[in-house]
Amino acid sequence: MSETKVNQFLKTPVKVVNIGLEGFAKELEQQGVTVVQVDWAPPAGGDPKLADLLSKLGT
Amino acid sequence: MSKVIINDVRRGFYLDSVALMRFSRTIAELEGVDEAALMMGTPANRQIMSDAGLLDDAGRAAEGGDLVIGIRARDQKSADQALAESRAMLDQPTARGADAAAWHPRTLRAALKLEPDADLALISVPGDFAIAEARKAIRRGLHAMIFSDNVDIRDEVALKQEAQELGLLVMGPDCGTAIINGTPMAFANRVTQGTIGIVGASGTGTQEVSCLVSQYGGGISHAIGVGGRDLTPEVGAISTLMAIDALDGDAATEHIVLVSKPPKPGVAAKVLDRIAKSKKPATVCFIGAEESPMPTNVTQVFTLKEAARSALALDAGDADLAAIHVPSHRTRVEGLFSGGTLCAEAQFIFHAADEPVASNAPVPGVPVLGKTANGHLMLDLGADEYTRGKPHPMIDPSVRDEILIDALKNEEVGVILADVVIGFGAHEDPAGHFTNVLQEHHTEDGPAIVASVTGTEEDPQVRSAQMAKLETAGVHVAPTNADAARWALSAIRSRG
Repeated sequence: MSETKVNQFLKTPVKVVNIGLEGFAKELEQQGVTVVQVDWAPPAGGDPKLADLLSKLGT
Repeated sequence: MSKVIINDVRRGFYLDSVALMRFSRTIAELEGVDEAALMMGTPANRQIMSDAGLLDDAGRAAEGGDLVIGIRARDQKSADQALAESRAMLDQPTARGADAAAWHPRTLRAALKLEPDADLALISVPGDFAIAEARKAIRRGLHAMIFSDNVDIRDEVALKQEAQELGLLVMGPDCGTAIINGTPMAFANRVTQGTIGIVGASGTGTQEVSCLVSQYGGGISHAIGVGGRDLTPEVGAISTLMAIDALDGDAATEHIVLVSKPPKPGVAAKVLDRIAKSKKPATVCFIGAEESPMPTNVTQVFTLKEAARSALALDAGDADLAAIHVPSHRTRVEGLFSGGTLCAEAQFIFHAADEPVASNAPVPGVPVLGKTANGHLMLDLGADEYTRGKPHPMIDPSVRDEILIDALKNEEVGVILADVVIGFGAHEDPAGHFTNVLQEHHTEDGPAIVASVTGTEEDPQVRSAQMAKLETAGVHVAPTNADAARWALSAIRSRG
């Protein structure tokens, strides 16, 4: 059986994109984890339905 | 009584919920202010503000990308002063955090250009937007951990199905705790690495089990959070089954522990069938469930403490608990919990001992609050009714203060039972906060106080230091949450 993506994920040091609370990124950084913080703001002018649609279109 | 409601809307101005809750509290504490909230104007948040009597027409017209300041004050002058103070806080360069000057990419796509090997998106944006971000993440090949709650369950199902087809794991929504390959994520503890793999549909349940395993000399390979609704019939345990597959195939994991509220029989059967196919031994803790038939490789346990001990093949490990004197007229135990599963564990222990107990978040067999008289109370203070528009008590322990002070003054209450949860994500000194309240409001002839600390010596708050603070303040500190519940039970039964 070939190794699954989840098993590969569990075998290697985790590398994180943190979208939201900056405190989580800081705590990961302090532990030496590779983490990129996204300076997130509500997309699509803050319209959740439009944001949902855009994510389905891959933007 | 005249009240003034005042709103101010900043178009296209975003701050995260932790920063906004901090500001909200500062403004709400100003002289003459009854209530105040600074929130992003998403539909869910506008509803919270409306329910709190904080919205006028300007706030009602706000959109998700707008920041709404809502203030209700005694008079116009107080309202104006609070508004001026709010504006000044938002205009400070540090409003966006100490790291405001640093450049960060604004989208996941840009972040992946910086770190193309990233394999996990940790998502804690408002629930209305969380699925959209998670969908982008899985379509770019990342696993997702969704801390955000208030996500529609249909969106959760669709996302998890898509991720499953892609072979990717979705932890959450409402997943507070995970430990991946030794790294604690969000609300988790620094535990010893080892051979016990946890699948947890409950954040504090996973924290307590992982910390106790560590404390008993074992270690954790991974703790995979799946979110509180993964084992519902609607979601069908998609992430739980993927997590069990992963731990089954993981060379570092020798024993699998599953912690969850009791699932419906169909879901339980599906999950147990999967575990039965594994060659690895497993421990299942459906907290509050009755004993039921299990596959031969599975041990069923009923408390988090038992889960940790069973995973390490240890005996029950009954703690030696000294007698606590409770006067006979004080007949009730009141449990004030920040951790939902710790509250469930205490309920189970009281219910199994045939004590009348009620809760706002009842386990099977326990009535919901208000349905019985004269019983013990176990309150989950992290439940929606206590945290709507407010921080979780693990982040801000002051959520517990008022109800703690009431319990301290209540002549019926013989024992107050409490949890202190430390670790990453949690408050920097929850025991210190708790004992400050006790110093001000606890008298010698008041209720006895029993507590435990969920955490490890390696956590930033240091478990033994938190325990010492509690003990100095006269709190009876038990080695585990289950022991604390049993101690409270024994104290109230032997009162006189």
